[in-house]
Amino acid sequence: MRIGTLKTDYAADEALFDTRLQKLLILLACAAAVLFPFVASPYWLFLACLCAINVASATGLNILTGYTGLVSLGQAAFMSVGAYTVAVLEIHAGTPFLLNLLVGGLLTALVGIGVGIPSLRVKGLYLAIATIAASVVLHFVFAHWPLTGGMQGLSMPPARLFGLALDQPFQLYWLILPVTALMVLGAANLFRTRVGRAFIAIRDRDISAEVLGIPLLRYKLMSFAVSSFYAGLAGGLWAYFFRVVTPESFPLVNSIFYLAAIIVGGMGTILGGILGAVFMTMVPELLKFVAGLVTPFYPDALALLAPVRTIVFGALIVGFLIFEPHGLAEIWRRIRRFFHLWPFRT
Amino acid sequence: MRGLPVTLAARDVILGVEGVSLAFGGVRALTDVSFSVRRGSITAVIGPNGAGKTSLFNTISGFYRPRSGNVVFDGRSLAGTAPPERARLGLARTFQNIALFRGMTVLDNIKLGRHAHMRTGLLDALVYRGRARREELELRAEIEERIIDFLEIQHIRNAPVATLPYGLRKRVELARALAMRPRLLMLDEPVAGMNREETEDMARFILDVKEEWDVTILMVEHDMGMVMDISDHVVVLNFGQVIAEGSPAAVQVDPAVVAAYLGAGDLGRRLSGPEAA
Ligand SMILES: Nc1ncnc2c1ncn2[C@@H]1O[C@H](COP(=O)(O)OP(=O)(O)OP(=O)(O)O)[C@@H](O)[C@H]1O
Ligand SMILES: [Mg+2]
Repeated sequence: MRIGTLKTDYAADEALFDTRLQKLLILLACAAAVLFPFVASPYWLFLACLCAINVASATGLNILTGYTGLVSLGQAAFMSVGAYTVAVLEIHAGTPFLLNLLVGGLLTALVGIGVGIPSLRVKGLYLAIATIAASVVLHFVFAHWPLTGGMQGLSMPPARLFGLALDQPFQLYWLILPVTALMVLGAANLFRTRVGRAFIAIRDRDISAEVLGIPLLRYKLMSFAVSSFYAGLAGGLWAYFFRVVTPESFPLVNSIFYLAAIIVGGMGTILGGILGAVFMTMVPELLKFVAGLVTPFYPDALALLAPVRTIVFGALIVGFLIFEPHGLAEIWRRIRRFFHLWPFRT
Repeated sequence: MRGLPVTLAARDVILGVEGVSLAFGGVRALTDVSFSVRRGSITAVIGPNGAGKTSLFNTISGFYRPRSGNVVFDGRSLAGTAPPERARLGLARTFQNIALFRGMTVLDNIKLGRHAHMRTGLLDALVYRGRARREELELRAEIEERIIDFLEIQHIRNAPVATLPYGLRKRVELARALAMRPRLLMLDEPVAGMNREETEDMARFILDVKEEWDVTILMVEHDMGMVMDISDHVVVLNFGQVIAEGSPAAVQVDPAVVAAYLGAGDLGRRLSGPEAA
């Protein structure tokens, strides 16, 4: 139970985690994240890395779509730019992995800015189509450019740290999780400042945002840049994780996956991007588990997995849009509110 | 009669509207509109519905590009200046139909007003150290001490604007405009839809802003009682043209104004005051 919060000064009030309970929860989450690799099986570590990569990308998309109101179906294609950049650098230059990730992110940001230029004029559906068109163009380039290995794609060496190859989920965990954590923290910080407020203002009413002194094009492009920078980093992490990058690694359906993740998690909240990405990553695993359970009685269950997965994704999107438009983040807030007031009011 | 001709020394004029004409297709919203706003005054623009008052504000803000004519702010022509740049120069406004950001709290809405005067860039924002943090905390303190206390909205600072009643929303929009460090504050119908008490509060705030903040005020308002009470100068628009301007007392008895309002029914009654009705 927690009754009221007494704020001593504005700095405390402006803090990211302002209550003692929140701070405690964050500390616990950090401790759990550090201990997790030592107790979890490789399968669970694999899933944790995958979740983290998806959280990074979904958080980026959330900045663009959830906070700035610019719908994009290009997140997976943006990830492919980061992934290919990292693979090419790793194969041809052998530069340190952190540098490669950064270059991948920056290059993707440039591509994102290019794709975002029409956003001053077109919105909603039309912008979404423009991002799909960009995805198709990128796919074509990667499939035909000799540097990116055509349809075969690229196989790359693992990331190396002090001569040690990071090629097992256990080692990659220590690369992927901290990078994702920093990215999420950066996104949360963004929305404590004028930059994040400008994004939200553009989403809510772009005309009056202009009268308040916000240049629309500059901030829309900035949102595209940050969002695709995040996608590029996530794609780079993905490349280090799977070490094979092909034109089919980032299909359009993955872009829909990220959009679904932020809808299910909660658009325009940092927590929403995290919860949604983790949830959507775990759903197929859960389905696999269920399919495993019913196989003894219904041997074809595994074959049905792929179509069932698609149907479940679709149902989740529609279900959340109708019944919980603010997503899992809102459900979490309700739970918290319940415990804050408990046992005085239930 | 064109009311009292006013000649002002150039340095006394904060805003000059010079021969502005504006048309939407065939609709002539403004025709050769000229008037000046004296520094430190409260200038009211009145006129029947559809007279072109909001269009005039939108032209001054830079939303609409006039077909001809020019707006001069503080001796500087605003032709070719985009709305965000005009905001940075000190032109702030509120909207007739309230343009707050519904998804944000009152505090965040007010903070948005300061955008143009802040320096935090993308990288500062992502790390939230140094400049970003310092700027945000300074802004918060200033908003709390100068604006929230002044407008008596302490109790709603963390409320989402969507939950607020109409009168309070108008006040929050004024707060946001004040956060813009305005030199000219444009208010489009600040008391429309308010009851007597709320109207009096708002009139008091407007007077206080003028006195304590050293801000010039240009307002559009239909509430004639309030216009006559607090404005120094009144400009009357009808069918997109200035038909009179001068002191409130002079404008009230101007035959052209009376004639314009006679056709406007209810407004005619409001112009002559509730007692005379
Ligand atoms: N965006 C627009 N497109 C087309 N016509 C417009 C537009 N904005 C205003 N008008 C027209 O211009 C004229 C002036 O409208 P305006 O909104 O400026 O009047 P107003 O004086 O503010 O009226 P009110 O007192 O009702 O707010 C009206 O005939 C209106 O229909
Ligand atoms: Mg109007």
